[in-house]
Amino acid sequence: MAVVETRDVTKVFKEGHLGAVNHVSFETREGEFLVFLGPSGSGKTTLLRMIAGLETPTSGKILIGGQVVNDLSPRERRVAMVFQSYALYPHLSVYKNISFPLKAQNVPKDQHRKKVEWAAGLLGIGGLLERKPRELSGGERQRVALARAIVREPAVFLLDEPLSNLDAKLRASAREELERFHRSVGTTSIYVTHDQVEAMAMGDRILVLNKGVVHQLGTPTEVYDNPADTFVATFLGSPPMNLVELGDVIVGFRPEHFLPSVNVTGATIPLRFKVDNMEYLGSEWIVSGTIAGGKLDSKKAVSRLPSALHLQHADVYDFVVPTRTLKFFDPATQQRVPEREIQWQ
Amino acid sequence: MAIDAARLKSGGTGQSPFLSTAMFAPAVLYILLLVGGPFLLAIFYAFSDARIGNAELHFVGLENFRSILESPSFRVAIRNSLVFTIGSQIVVVVSANILAIALETAFRGRGIVRFLILLPWVAPISLGAIGWKWILDSIYSVISWTLVALHFIKPFSAPMWLGEPHLAIASVLLVHSWRIIPFSTVILLAGRTAIPKDIPEAAAVDGAGFWRTQFQIVIPMMRPILSVAVLFGLIFTFTDMTVVYILTAGGPFDSTQTLPSLAFALGIQGSDLAAGAAISLFLVPLLVILAYFMLRIARRAEVS
Repeated sequence: MAVVETRDVTKVFKEGHLGAVNHVSFETREGEFLVFLGPSGSGKTTLLRMIAGLETPTSGKILIGGQVVNDLSPRERRVAMVFQSYALYPHLSVYKNISFPLKAQNVPKDQHRKKVEWAAGLLGIGGLLERKPRELSGGERQRVALARAIVREPAVFLLDEPLSNLDAKLRASAREELERFHRSVGTTSIYVTHDQVEAMAMGDRILVLNKGVVHQLGTPTEVYDNPADTFVATFLGSPPMNLVELGDVIVGFRPEHFLPSVNVTGATIPLRFKVDNMEYLGSEWIVSGTIAGGKLDSKKAVSRLPSALHLQHADVYDFVVPTRTLKFFDPATQQRVPEREIQWQ
Repeated sequence: MAIDAARLKSGGTGQSPFLSTAMFAPAVLYILLLVGGPFLLAIFYAFSDARIGNAELHFVGLENFRSILESPSFRVAIRNSLVFTIGSQIVVVVSANILAIALETAFRGRGIVRFLILLPWVAPISLGAIGWKWILDSIYSVISWTLVALHFIKPFSAPMWLGEPHLAIASVLLVHSWRIIPFSTVILLAGRTAIPKDIPEAAAVDGAGFWRTQFQIVIPMMRPILSVAVLFGLIFTFTDMTVVYILTAGGPFDSTQTLPSLAFALGIQGSDLAAGAAISLFLVPLLVILAYFMLRIARRAEVS
């Protein structure tokens, strides 16, 4: 096991263009499950590929286990990677796919079978060893890719959106399995995804990236409850945080904190809310509308309500936001700023 | 409207037997007249005593085959056909793979290099062979001149590239290779680009070096397309007589004669049509085997 660290890593693909990754510095913890989260084009995969040794950083240092690995080839870094496409070798059986890293690293041949069976057993694919990849389902392929990664007991696991090729139902169970897998193996893992639900569910910590820049590194609770800037605030959470500009500050509140006044006790900010559209999602309502009256008149906002509540379309209701849930951002830098007193009306 | 259009469309191609026959006929006619006819004629001649300038024709049974099998030239021709075909394909597979690897990654001037490599394939085979005839000429050879200039050999003792049997065989083999390499390179290059980039990358992360990635992952994955390239190369070389005819005309002492060139030399130049026909029939079994494999690969490609 090992710690992965980057120091001021930048990757520029075309000279003169914007970097795909810009001055990224972070450090994993021992045995941690770290998630790179960001929209497509945020540089998360490029960052992962640099750690794997498939791309060379334009500047900056990458360390694995305290050793600078910039000039080491992928094979010398003792990392294992699971690709989005799984990248199984189509002409080899499952057994040979899993044993390939052992062969490539010159592990004595008499140990192969034992190790392959251990890895296959861990992922429940012991019965598929003689099959070819094309004869496997998506979920089975993913497990073969994981088994191939784990078989030589790497120092670090790199996973590039390994669930994105599975259908929604399978994805949930595969996610759970992956979490269990990580708990039992305990290897430092870096997981790339654009899916915030996956990131929140699986990550010990989340590194939020956009346009190659780190916006925040923190536990799921930290990034959700204490977003560092407006990007993190709106990228995490579905629907995203409501942001309204009020004087010289941006105020943010989550849809689940924007509720009818009768449902809330304690210090609150009252707001009139005109309902424009309602979506019924079974367990809840997603209600979008506009704020009526006051300084925030006709600003858009979204509320998440328990499905037991019933609102009428186009009606105006008394809503409130608990004062302690408000977040404040600087309109110029988009950065979080300390709480302050505000004139709402 | 939509339904009418659909009916028209399907009626046009699927339901008119006349149109499909008309479209198909030229191809069938072409094969019957230019391949089927001469093939049947060759079988017919092979069992006769047909000669150019002789109007009479007698059935002679297997006499032609017996006399051919006894002739040393024929045995040399069979051996040469196999040596040239298999030998040049070995050279081709090795060189085309190296070239494809070199041309896979982008570099300045790659387009020009690709174009230059493809040239031997585009140029008429006879022109290329004539060029090589001069390059390998006993007096004017640039290869000999270069070797003399570099003091590897003494002046006036240059090897007779096309005049000594072993050198002549090697020369013909290499010119055949030169001829097929571009074609194979282009096919293998296409095969390489068809492999998802993830796969060699996964191999790199798994710890495989360059050679292991090539020999255990990339080349095995290219096996279907590699066999297409090899089969085409085998057929082109096996049936070709231009290279031998222009370079050595089968000489010295019939030492570079192949089945097609011997058939031509005996049947057309030597007026013994029957012998020529009988010799060329020996090409058939091997070509049938090759055709069988070609069709098998084509069918597999359809399935997957």
